[in-house]
Amino acid sequence: MAEQVLSDVKVLDVTQHIAGPYCTKLLADYGAEVIKVERPGQGDPARRLGPFYGDEPHPEKSGLFAYLNTNKKGITLNLESEWGKRQFKELVKDVDILVENFPPRVMPGLGLDYSVLEQINPRLVMTSISDFGQSGPYRDYKASEIIIYGMGGAMFCNGLPEEAPLKKGLTVTLFQGGVMAVVATMMAFLLARESGSGQHVDVSLYETQMGTIDRRMSQLIVYQYNKAVTYRADPSVRRMFPFGIYPCDDGHFELAAVGNLWPAVGRMMDMPELIEDPRFSNIIAQMTPGHRDQFDEIWYPWIIERTKKEIVTKGQEGGALCGPLATMEEVVNDPHFNARNYFREIEHPVIGKVTYPGPPINSGSLPWEIRSAAPLLGQYNEEVYGRLGYSREDLVALKGQGLI
Amino acid sequence: MAKLPLEGVRVVEVCPIWAGPFACMLLADWGAEVIRVESRYHFPVYTRGVLARPPIQLAEQTPSGYAAYCLEGYDPQKALNQFVLFNAHARNKLGMTVDLRRPEGKDIFKRLVKVSDIVIESQSPRVMEELELTYDVLKEVNPSLIMVSLPAFGQTGPYKYYRALGAHQEGFVGHTYLRGYADRDLTNNVTLYQTDETGGATCAFAALMALHKRRRTGEGMYVDMSQSEATISILAQAVMDYTMNGRVTERMGNRDYHGAIQGCYRCWGRDDWVCITINSEEEWDGFVRALGEPQWAADDKFSDHVLRLKNHDELDRHIEAWTRQHEKYEVMHLLQAEGVPAGPVLDERDAYTDPHMRERGFFQELTHADCGTHLYPGLPWRMSKTPNEVKRPPVRFGEHNEYVYKQVIGVSDEEYQFLEKEGHIGTHYIPEMF
Repeated sequence: MAEQVLSDVKVLDVTQHIAGPYCTKLLADYGAEVIKVERPGQGDPARRLGPFYGDEPHPEKSGLFAYLNTNKKGITLNLESEWGKRQFKELVKDVDILVENFPPRVMPGLGLDYSVLEQINPRLVMTSISDFGQSGPYRDYKASEIIIYGMGGAMFCNGLPEEAPLKKGLTVTLFQGGVMAVVATMMAFLLARESGSGQHVDVSLYETQMGTIDRRMSQLIVYQYNKAVTYRADPSVRRMFPFGIYPCDDGHFELAAVGNLWPAVGRMMDMPELIEDPRFSNIIAQMTPGHRDQFDEIWYPWIIERTKKEIVTKGQEGGALCGPLATMEEVVNDPHFNARNYFREIEHPVIGKVTYPGPPINSGSLPWEIRSAAPLLGQYNEEVYGRLGYSREDLVALKGQGLI
Repeated sequence: MAKLPLEGVRVVEVCPIWAGPFACMLLADWGAEVIRVESRYHFPVYTRGVLARPPIQLAEQTPSGYAAYCLEGYDPQKALNQFVLFNAHARNKLGMTVDLRRPEGKDIFKRLVKVSDIVIESQSPRVMEELELTYDVLKEVNPSLIMVSLPAFGQTGPYKYYRALGAHQEGFVGHTYLRGYADRDLTNNVTLYQTDETGGATCAFAALMALHKRRRTGEGMYVDMSQSEATISILAQAVMDYTMNGRVTERMGNRDYHGAIQGCYRCWGRDDWVCITINSEEEWDGFVRALGEPQWAADDKFSDHVLRLKNHDELDRHIEAWTRQHEKYEVMHLLQAEGVPAGPVLDERDAYTDPHMRERGFFQELTHADCGTHLYPGLPWRMSKTPNEVKRPPVRFGEHNEYVYKQVIGVSDEEYQFLEKEGHIGTHYIPEMF
């Protein structure tokens, strides 16, 4: 097994759902030892979220949980018990990083806030991921993926003018919070390795959206510059062309060849006469009223009888920026991602061998490896509590008491 | 003030817009000295504008959105520093210019790399190859160099040389297909840039892991990553449902993938909206209490979660009939008081006045020489022992040439004058070309 870049890093993980577990998955998949603490009995609520293998709702068959918790050593521990708190503090002694994403009142309520834990382990980096952060008037409010995006992100301008603003697909906003949290955690960890002193990192999902690049920051700044709010706009009303999503024979594709990219259109359509056509060949001409309709009369008959693959191949050869609107079936079978060995098969004791999304950083220099599938609930109790000096018989007694 | 985590780390940024500059900004925010390298001989459209010197009539056509200019004090000669898309990820950086196509430009770049720790580039792979500034070349001048390449698709594979903005990559990875109004076709989807956001942040993580390894072993490395792969990794539910069950996930509008009751509802006001999510029986009870236990809520159709999901459309009409009577913030406070997740959709105006953002001091005032003094979005997380703030406004084109050439690279006054005369050094694109 290759030495991984984070093999010398130990993480204690009391996260659940999506954002926190994605943060610790990134650490685990690049080599960190991650001990994941779950509540006895039910475990991480993500175990109850789909998709389920064979569509059978079962705590060990959640594809979401199986994906988010690869390489983690799962134990169960009742943090509300005095015994549980003692074990937790024992575990804290030996780790570099603690990540939690409880509502902000929970860890202090358990007596496990950073000021307590840093006494036990001064080099500890503790990352707290929450909806709104560890302070402020909304600290104890509840949020969801759509709420985080609606408040923090550029949702207001996503969608059609007369309809409700639209969220993004699936739960991407929560995953994004997990990526931002791992960047923050790594920075604090690097400093702690250098200085010997850890610190508490406060990641507010709300702020990870308000301070992010997908249009939100630009639009916040342009409001300051020009006092102009960005409203939802109908994407079919194009100022420049071709730009945006178009239909074709077997679906849709997205393409941009505006401004000095215009010659790409003539090349991809095998119509070289378009390249110098004064109606289309520069931005000013493209923005002249009526010219878009004239272009559409040439463009639509050409695209509508071609497949997305044909159009994207011709477009790329011609120099346009473009891509198909691929379904997940097409993504998983895509020749490019498969040539790069992106998707990986992982054997799970209940789900069996299934293909998962692979390395987000797919580089031989930063080996990404699956050392173990997501843990069954309490699968690593024996190993981890063994390290703390408990025998198998002890574990039976602890289970009887609801402690593990 | 306590030392920031990345103080003493020098990063060279060779990127057009968004993904790469976002990664570099996150590093710059926390102490790295990020030097952005630009060329007076190359005008990448959309990086510093739609044209090098757009007439004011063109700039005035788009006062809002992301591809807009600061119209206060607008000047075609300064427009390259007044472009909001660029300024959004340019804070805390230093800027220099050099023409990398000429031998003396390559020499300057290599001298800069020699005294730097990390190079981040998000160009199409053909760019660094054609410039002969690939990792193999650069590690000769700096054996412990870390270099991260963040193109759309990576350094290998059939799409290696494909050209795609975030919007087009998003199509390749399946996100565009997964979002949108359920009852409208996909041409109604607006252009988003998810792969920039996710690719950029993931790239910063890659650079930090590489730095960790270098601190342990002294060895640098080359990281071949792609914005598109980083983004497939966050679409896991749809990937897994296909690989486990053969199902192709379709778009769901504002509904929750995981089966909560959820929507975005119109409120009192002109274009005011609130998002609500009801996850559990407990939250449903709270919701009904917040509404004053209306009669419709007692209907059998809504008596358990499964029925509520089945009758979601009808439920939405009841919810909206209520939200329409209230302001969006009022809806949030009423529902949150009963333990129900709810939050207003905030436009830019709202964001700056939001009490929570204000109390946490998220926005920060910065003065930019060509744009004036304004509030800007601040740092996306806090660290308890290294308090921090944005220190520099968005970097102007070639703003720090003198410092970078003379102090960082160690160029003599004579050589500096020569390079200036040769057109490498300047604060604008070459007038005869653009």
